[in-house]
Amino acid sequence: MTTNENVSHQASGTEGSDTEGSDTVVTGTPAASAPPLPEPGVAIIEVKDVGKSYGSVIALREITTSVKAGEVTCVLGDNGAGKSTLINILAGAHEHSEGEFIVDGVVRHMSSPRAALALGIATVFQDLAVVPLMPVWRNFFLGSELTKGFGPFKRLDINSMKQITKSELAQMGIDLRDVDQPIGTLSGGERQCVAIARAVYFGARVLILDEPTAALGVRQSGVVLKYIAKARDRGLGVVFITHNPHHAFPVGDRFMLLRRGRSIGNFAKSEMTLDELVQMMAGGAELDALTSELERSMPDSAVTKELQKGMKHQ
Amino acid sequence: MTTGTTQEPRPPQEARGSDERLSGSHRLASVLRRPEVGAAIAALAIFVFFATTTKAFLSPGGASTWLFTASSFGIMAVAVALLMIGGEFDLSAGAMIGTTGLTTGIMMSEFAMNVWVSILLALVIAVAIGALNGILVMRTGLPSFIVTLGSFFVLQGVNLAVTKILIGKVSVTGLQRAEGYTQGQQLFGSFVKIDLGGTLPLTIYAVTFWWVAVTLVATWVLLRTRAGNWIFAVGGAQISSRQVGVPVLKTKVGLFVTTSVAGWLVGMLSLFKTTTVQSTSGVGQEFIFIICAVVGGCLLTGGYGSAVGAALGALIYGMVQQGIVYEGWDNDWLYAFLGVMLLGAVLVNNWVKARAEAVR
Repeated sequence: MTTNENVSHQASGTEGSDTEGSDTVVTGTPAASAPPLPEPGVAIIEVKDVGKSYGSVIALREITTSVKAGEVTCVLGDNGAGKSTLINILAGAHEHSEGEFIVDGVVRHMSSPRAALALGIATVFQDLAVVPLMPVWRNFFLGSELTKGFGPFKRLDINSMKQITKSELAQMGIDLRDVDQPIGTLSGGERQCVAIARAVYFGARVLILDEPTAALGVRQSGVVLKYIAKARDRGLGVVFITHNPHHAFPVGDRFMLLRRGRSIGNFAKSEMTLDELVQMMAGGAELDALTSELERSMPDSAVTKELQKGMKHQ
Repeated sequence: MTTGTTQEPRPPQEARGSDERLSGSHRLASVLRRPEVGAAIAALAIFVFFATTTKAFLSPGGASTWLFTASSFGIMAVAVALLMIGGEFDLSAGAMIGTTGLTTGIMMSEFAMNVWVSILLALVIAVAIGALNGILVMRTGLPSFIVTLGSFFVLQGVNLAVTKILIGKVSVTGLQRAEGYTQGQQLFGSFVKIDLGGTLPLTIYAVTFWWVAVTLVATWVLLRTRAGNWIFAVGGAQISSRQVGVPVLKTKVGLFVTTSVAGWLVGMLSLFKTTTVQSTSGVGQEFIFIICAVVGGCLLTGGYGSAVGAALGALIYGMVQQGIVYEGWDNDWLYAFLGVMLLGAVLVNNWVKARAEAVR
């Protein structure tokens, strides 16, 4: 890790604690009881030689990496590489069968997503868990609504919820005209961002994003990447799962490549270039074969040109 | 580290209150987007039509009649609307009116039980059947349409068979003999007469006050409480709701119980007004409740709708049912009208939903 990067982390860390401060001013009580965010650069999650087998099938073995506050750890791999197994372990959905899972320096065995959430580890799954016809603010607080009053007159604190939704989204850089509009009217990228902002507000320290850009177009993917950077700047640790190195590289601080359930590399950003990442991701020889295959069958396609360009850089 | 490290300064006051980009016309548009707007416009048009083309419609006696019809259907329509917003149907809602009315009636007339004991017994039965409906739907994963179609037929059969076993006839009379009858009559069967100078006074029955109260409470619950948030959520996206911690089972079973209890309320109201109950009471009305809810803006697929809308749907039903009589038309036109209303409302609702889901 270079000095330059450390400096920028320091800067983003200050920003992060600023926003945390204003959180408490606006809301009074952020709903979760998760431990406080550590200083940027301090590891929140460490996994050591973690593995998982389902019966005789070994889905994942000997994975070692860390998620640090104010950093984005990218997990790259093709379908079936073991990405979902790793997410499930980190999210608390599945317990690991080998190795150590350390949170804040304490060895943990997580039994449920709720247990992970209590430690501030929140997962945004691909379906986002939103109700399309409901307003943005109702979605933001769904399941954890703020109320005021007592007994039969206990009612939703609508003004606070709308205000918090608007300001939380603004802090993520999403500027909504109207938090009353159904969330279904937002674009895919914006919906992803609402889900991220919601996790952050409800006390996430580590944000696990499962293929957030998979179903999005180029522009929308860019929007989501921007919000990933925002979350990082707020001092959160982010785990960004993707199969697209072009999405991972701009925001990632650390890259872990998975293939067939094993880690085939764990690099800091300073140690590699985008082209090397693309190359490693596809596996050099396989990519060469694919390029020549595509050149033969569809020489004019954008994919082919992109691949050729990538090859020339080698 | 190329993206997003520079944070645009954002004035904090922008986060508070309403946004200056929302013009007055936007607020008007958001009022027009409310689910009950269509029903309100239709109700007004129908009111004006019958009020200007017939004499009897606006006369105190005439108005009493359609107000009464609208009220008893309205209570059920509001409860059914909540259930539909929660994504479920209850076809046993109509038969429940008969079941509870018969239970209370038979207890009072044949077994001379105290009026309150009889009323509470019917309530317990209603809650039990509602809970059973809800748990069956949630545990089996079957569509509620099928499950409650089953319980509808069971109730319809039981209503007739058990009544015949117990009292040897199909209608209950002679409630007045029971202890405390007048107390029950005051709560459920009383009325207010307002003399407006016509041949008959304007009579407002207890059911109308209950209707207004039920509509207000349902609206409050839907729009201002956590339970209401959960009702919209479980109807709109059940799996997502569960993921964010909404108690789906509790919410849905609660909705089925609410519908049953509304059936009980209407059963009591009709029992104490007419002092008689037939074994077939309420049968055949279950679809009318659903039509009222849909005309009031509820989506058949759940997640969208309003209690006020359903109440307006019932008002339309009441006005048309009596209006057709006052016009001197054949009564059977009512059903043709209901069919047209239903289709029209479904088309409008689907259009509204498509707009609500479209990316702006």
